[in-house]
Amino acid sequence: MGETDKLLLKIRNLHTYFYTDDGVAKAVDGVDLELVEGGTLGVVGESGCGKSVTALSVMRLIPDPPGKIIQGKIVFGGKDLLTLSEAEMRKIRGRSISMIFQEPMTSLNPVFQIGDQISEVLTLHEGLSKKEAWNRSIEMLKMVGIPAAERRITEYPHQLSGGMRQRVMIAMALACSPKLMIADEPTTALDVTIQAQILELINRLQREKGMSVILITHNLGVIAETAQMVAVMYAGRVVEYTDVRTLFATPQHPYTQGLLKSIPRLDEDHAKKAKLEAIPGLVPSLLDLPPGCKFSNRCKYVFEKCGQEPPLEEVSTGHFVRCWLHIHR
Amino acid sequence: MNANGNLVQVKKLKKFFPLRGHFFSRSKSFVQAVVGVNLEIRRGETLGLVGESGCGKSTLGRLILRLEEPTEGQIFFEGEDILQYKAERLRQLRREMQIIFQDPYSSLNPRKTIGSIIGEPLIIHNIGTKKERSERVLRLMEVVGLRPEHINRYPHEFSGGQRQRIGIARALALNPKLIIADEPVSALDVSIQAQVLNLLEDLQDEFHLTYLFIAHDLSVVEHISDRVAVMHLGRIAELAPSDGLYSRPKHPYTHALLAANPIPDPSLARKRILLQGEVPSPINPPPGCNFHTRCLNRFDPCDKEVPVLREVEPSHWVACYLYGPNP
Repeated sequence: MGETDKLLLKIRNLHTYFYTDDGVAKAVDGVDLELVEGGTLGVVGESGCGKSVTALSVMRLIPDPPGKIIQGKIVFGGKDLLTLSEAEMRKIRGRSISMIFQEPMTSLNPVFQIGDQISEVLTLHEGLSKKEAWNRSIEMLKMVGIPAAERRITEYPHQLSGGMRQRVMIAMALACSPKLMIADEPTTALDVTIQAQILELINRLQREKGMSVILITHNLGVIAETAQMVAVMYAGRVVEYTDVRTLFATPQHPYTQGLLKSIPRLDEDHAKKAKLEAIPGLVPSLLDLPPGCKFSNRCKYVFEKCGQEPPLEEVSTGHFVRCWLHIHR
Repeated sequence: MNANGNLVQVKKLKKFFPLRGHFFSRSKSFVQAVVGVNLEIRRGETLGLVGESGCGKSTLGRLILRLEEPTEGQIFFEGEDILQYKAERLRQLRREMQIIFQDPYSSLNPRKTIGSIIGEPLIIHNIGTKKERSERVLRLMEVVGLRPEHINRYPHEFSGGQRQRIGIARALALNPKLIIADEPVSALDVSIQAQVLNLLEDLQDEFHLTYLFIAHDLSVVEHISDRVAVMHLGRIAELAPSDGLYSRPKHPYTHALLAANPIPDPSLARKRILLQGEVPSPINPPPGCNFHTRCLNRFDPCDKEVPVLREVEPSHWVACYLYGPNP
């Protein structure tokens, strides 16, 4: 993967497993990813593909037990996060790397005013006094576009709408000017009109602050409008990785092709409205994966070789695909 | 305008939900969920209903099913005013219209097998012998793409997409004429959404169904619908054939919705219309056109009187003063 820009994050061969009563769920099984400074990496995939677990592994927030990071490296700013102590990691969380989640209501504490919640980050990581932190919190709320910030700051999460709560989450995540923000389905619970506002806000703040973003979503439209590089995940693996234009113009993995064909598109002529090309079968259970290529049981191009697991290979410059159709050896 | 063309006709339908006020407060406030909607659903068509959360689209669907009683207005099904129906007549009406819910996890009883979930409507309506009923259940399972051995399993053993198929089979059990699908695919994975949408289209052809398809995702609605109604705060802002709505949107709200919908093509440079602010509260909606607080094109008359839905092109209806004053 290209080395021209300065790498901020490099994930190598990450394995995160969950030990359940029914067996070992290999939620992340050999993921390689990287992100340059100031860049946006989109991670797209369906439920259970390991996209959120990858993000939580970077934050070292995997609940243990039942989860465990088995092997791999997560190099952030020159340091392997997996070798840090919990105390060192706590200094990184919220300060250098922060995260926003899908459902802002469950990520905010319902019994504290939003001002207290943003201030806490600032007093903890930046050592500001209560008063300074409060004033900075007002600035942060203004920055994320909350009207009447001075009044809103004393309100409780239930008094805010979904879009406003997500703005508060973003204000909190950005309070310490982190180098990396991980946004896990940040707009999935919101209406399209509010989604557009939040994506615009993330884009603007990223430009202004030179921050890097990992955007996790199942929505290919959101990926197309915000990401520069895209990783498509399936059953705990990256199956395709390239820049956003290449991915949408010439998708190579049968799963990526299938995903793109299965979404109805507004920009297509309604008169020739045809049946959607659905991917047959079900999203596989992590406890019961097919041998070899994990997509082989739903793939229309399946052949003998698919009984073995294909590696992620560079099929053209900067375009990585995990599929035997594209590996000529 | 009855038996031949329209299966459902809704006239000046209103639903206000009272809010519990303080014990001593004198004025009572209401959530104005549906405010004077006129709408027809034609036999055999798919009518899409889109809008943001809280715009009243689900309430409208539930009113048509008589799961909610309207505050005012009339609902005709096959030309008859169903609001006059009492117990037994209403029970018969339920055979004609069914609903598919959004959340396939909470809409199936976890303690019942798939067979008894799908067969329950048949028992309630006393249809057939036990043997005929179980044959019908197996046939329904086949139609929606479930395997016969699934009949004795429980909902938790199925994925979201399969559960939605179970919900669809249950809705089909009584051979209804109208199916109201309330966000039927929004909880499903992308690759499974397409399967369920295709299934709904196949079933419509096979069983001559009429759909009211309620969703917030404009591209899904545009794909499956013949006509689309755009709702904003309890009123219909625009109603048009699906292709006309996309290629020639009229209402500024429709423009904004279309522009906000992300398109999976990074080479497309699009002009974004970002709506400022949030959806106004349905408890105290703005006067006049209830979209005027967020509208980029508002002018004098917009905050005074409610614009009337009018036909500005053949079968293309819009409620907006940009297309002339109220008739």
